[in-house]
Amino acid sequence: MKEESTFTLRNAVQFGLITGFIILYISLVGMVVAFNERYIIAETITLGQIVVFLPLLILGYFSANRAKDKQGIWGLLMSLLLGVVAGALIAALVYVGTHINLRTVFINAAPELFEVLSFGRQSMGSVALTLILGGGFLAVLGGTFTLLPSWLRRALVVALSSVVLIGILQELLSITFGSRDWFKPVNEFFFEQKGLSWTGSIVILVIAALWNISRHLSRTRSSGKKKNATSRNIRAVRIASWVVGGVLLMLVPRFLGSYPSEILTIVGIYIIMGMGLNIVVGFAGLLDLGYVAFFAIGAYTMGILTTVGKLATVEWSFWLALPVAVLLALLAGVILGIPVLKMRGDYLAIVTLGFGEIIRIVVLSDWLKPKIGGAQGILQIPKATIGGYEFKGPEQVYYLVLFGIILVSFVAWRLRDARLGRAWKAMREDEDVAEAMGINLVNTKLLAFATGAAFAGLSGALFAAKLGSIFPHSFNLIVSINVLSLIIVGGIGSLPGVVAGAFILVGMPELLREFADYRMLMYGALLVAMMLVKPEGFLPEATHVRELREEEEEIILEPTAAEAP
Amino acid sequence: MLQRFFRKYDKTDIAMWLIGAALAVIVVYGAVQTLSAGKYSGAVWRDFIVFGLAQGSVYALIALGYTLVYGILFMINFAHGEVFTGGVFTAYFVAIALSESGFSDEHWILSLLILLTVAVVVSMAIAVLLERIAYRPLRNAPRLVPLITAIGASFFLQYTYRSLYGSGVKTYPDITQLTGTWNFFGTKILKTQGVVIVSSVILMVGLYIYVQRTKAGKAMRAVAEDKEAAALMGIDVDRVIVNTFALGGALAGAAGILYAMLFKQVNAFMGFIPGIKAFTAAVLGGIGNVPGAMLGGLFLGIVESLGPSLVLDGLGIRSPYQLKDAIAFLMLVLVLIFRPTGILGERLSEKKA
Repeated sequence: MKEESTFTLRNAVQFGLITGFIILYISLVGMVVAFNERYIIAETITLGQIVVFLPLLILGYFSANRAKDKQGIWGLLMSLLLGVVAGALIAALVYVGTHINLRTVFINAAPELFEVLSFGRQSMGSVALTLILGGGFLAVLGGTFTLLPSWLRRALVVALSSVVLIGILQELLSITFGSRDWFKPVNEFFFEQKGLSWTGSIVILVIAALWNISRHLSRTRSSGKKKNATSRNIRAVRIASWVVGGVLLMLVPRFLGSYPSEILTIVGIYIIMGMGLNIVVGFAGLLDLGYVAFFAIGAYTMGILTTVGKLATVEWSFWLALPVAVLLALLAGVILGIPVLKMRGDYLAIVTLGFGEIIRIVVLSDWLKPKIGGAQGILQIPKATIGGYEFKGPEQVYYLVLFGIILVSFVAWRLRDARLGRAWKAMREDEDVAEAMGINLVNTKLLAFATGAAFAGLSGALFAAKLGSIFPHSFNLIVSINVLSLIIVGGIGSLPGVVAGAFILVGMPELLREFADYRMLMYGALLVAMMLVKPEGFLPEATHVRELREEEEEIILEPTAAEAP
Repeated sequence: MLQRFFRKYDKTDIAMWLIGAALAVIVVYGAVQTLSAGKYSGAVWRDFIVFGLAQGSVYALIALGYTLVYGILFMINFAHGEVFTGGVFTAYFVAIALSESGFSDEHWILSLLILLTVAVVVSMAIAVLLERIAYRPLRNAPRLVPLITAIGASFFLQYTYRSLYGSGVKTYPDITQLTGTWNFFGTKILKTQGVVIVSSVILMVGLYIYVQRTKAGKAMRAVAEDKEAAALMGIDVDRVIVNTFALGGALAGAAGILYAMLFKQVNAFMGFIPGIKAFTAAVLGGIGNVPGAMLGGLFLGIVESLGPSLVLDGLGIRSPYQLKDAIAFLMLVLVLIFRPTGILGERLSEKKA
């Protein structure tokens, strides 16, 4: 037996088995086949193959890193062993899968899967050899990253991920810019029919790596200089960048056209919700899992008040119904808030979840069907108009949503450091202490619920006006979980985090239809992984980091986005 | 006089009373309406109750998993419903194989035991893995962190099942020997319901004995009482926690098979609602309290089975059975609001942060 801190052969085999099982999992879940359609580099490598390689690279890196105290070559040997074990496991799956029909149990164990995993080899022997050697090779490749200096490692990781990202985005780019004149030569340079061209990928790789290295250099060089800039200068730059950013945001639909605008509006609707939940969960520390209820209330209020279809009531205009929707949601926030005032932590989460489910079940039932349409929902909700301008398509609704985002983020931003915001944070840290400091817990909590609910109501109203029809199954628990995931990924309590989280978690799956099936799977994995590795999120809020990291020593984290590429 | 009243009870207390009173009035009114209308006969009510007991005992078995874990770690294992799903869903494929080969027709008890073993082992494995991967590293983290992890794990598992086994609803094969009814002191009881009730009683008694009488059970109680002190007494706390998760998982697996006998259908998302209901049951009986979870489960099962026809029908609500789940959730909300310590009282209430 060696000492505990060293990485023994047994550990390497263990890691290899873990890697192998991760790959088996990814294969049997169907990701490999689903992603195999998308070529990253034309005729060479597909996203499905990358999904198989990634665990090998990452875990190969980790095991070499763990074994590093034992001279470089030892770590690489460990990686090799890991890769070989994992490769053998995949080979075993291919063997079993081609001889026995696994499909009666695992629906994704189809012949296509084994075809992909065989990497073009025919006989079982050569398949096994390829997998074992390939596994070893990739794991060693991951391991060699430990030998590189950290700036080079980071640059390489960034460069490789940019290649993959741009490869993934090919379709979107050609949909968006396909009709522009300048796009054609660019497209021909970078892309083939499917996937990046070799020249294109090398150019991207080099540019991304150089950019990263130059940033690294300039950061190390200028770390002392920055203080010299006067505050007025900083201010001028900030205002200028705000103005430029604003103008760009206004022009976005013009540039991008309808499909990306559609995605942006969806992302925007989630940003508004995220801003609201961020107040409840992030600022006030009240975990609300029934948040979708307020979204539903906003949407249904808008629907009922404005619809001209079968369920028509008053047939108000959008602008008249909007404040009513927001107010009703706010009111609902207060009403649902009162009973849970004395509840803390996990009980609160479950109760709010119960509220959300009750509302969904009631809306779906026949009981209220004459009023709100039951499972058929509410149809024929007119679009918003202002003057003669109709917000009919995504390119127009975009402005509506953008306006909502600006409003909501302004409110959230001003509240954050206001008396109320500080009261919320104090309450999040410790309720009893906050109360002892003279904070009125009842009012503070209710205001958090009310503000959050009002945001969700606004978001729901916009959602109804955007779609023109609403159905109860748009308002299930998954929406709450999506919103929760996005604020957690972005960083609990952080406003830019909400925006970033919404773009990553809502925007990406909308862009990539293959991902759509695995969206919730990845969210789940992401929630767990974030909590384990980086509980403060990618764009954290300063105080929250301190709170979460209080007792831990600083851990230097490696760029791992878990299994999700 | 009035002033003193207001000093003693703050506004939220009064608001809660009002809500509670209003609900009580509605429930009583609905029940009176239904009973005076005389729409259902005595036999129907009895069937409702037996069915309620059967599903309640399934809830109780799942609830024990929540209670055991909460008792030790003070965390809600939100993914417990998915531990339950994992067992039944995997056992489904065994059930089909057994039924197609004709084995289950000849030896139905043996084949049930095989299914039970499969479900128990799979659920147990999932529960232990969950603890090892997702919960153990977070044992000293702020309270919201493990809860969020558990929610993530729950969704991850649900969609894992969907992607592995398919999204369709699968129907468990019938057991021919268990169709029809038994005559039990003059009342007819569906055989499946009878088996479910009896086997869950056996399991619950077994668990109670395990927790109260065996050494491992004693260690479990000691860890629940005080982790540090237990560690000082030479108890391997990590091991006890793994044991607890395994035990909860095993009960969930068994509950899964009983659930499949009652409702026949399984799918990837089936565990979520029973999971929440079982949590309700656990809270109802006082979370952390083993007999409480059993009682809570039975109580919830009966309320859920009687509620729609007894109360909602009387209130003149159309198709009340659609609101069955809403009743359970309402119970959950009400219990947590009005009596978070549960019926039997929460043994650990003072530690609840």
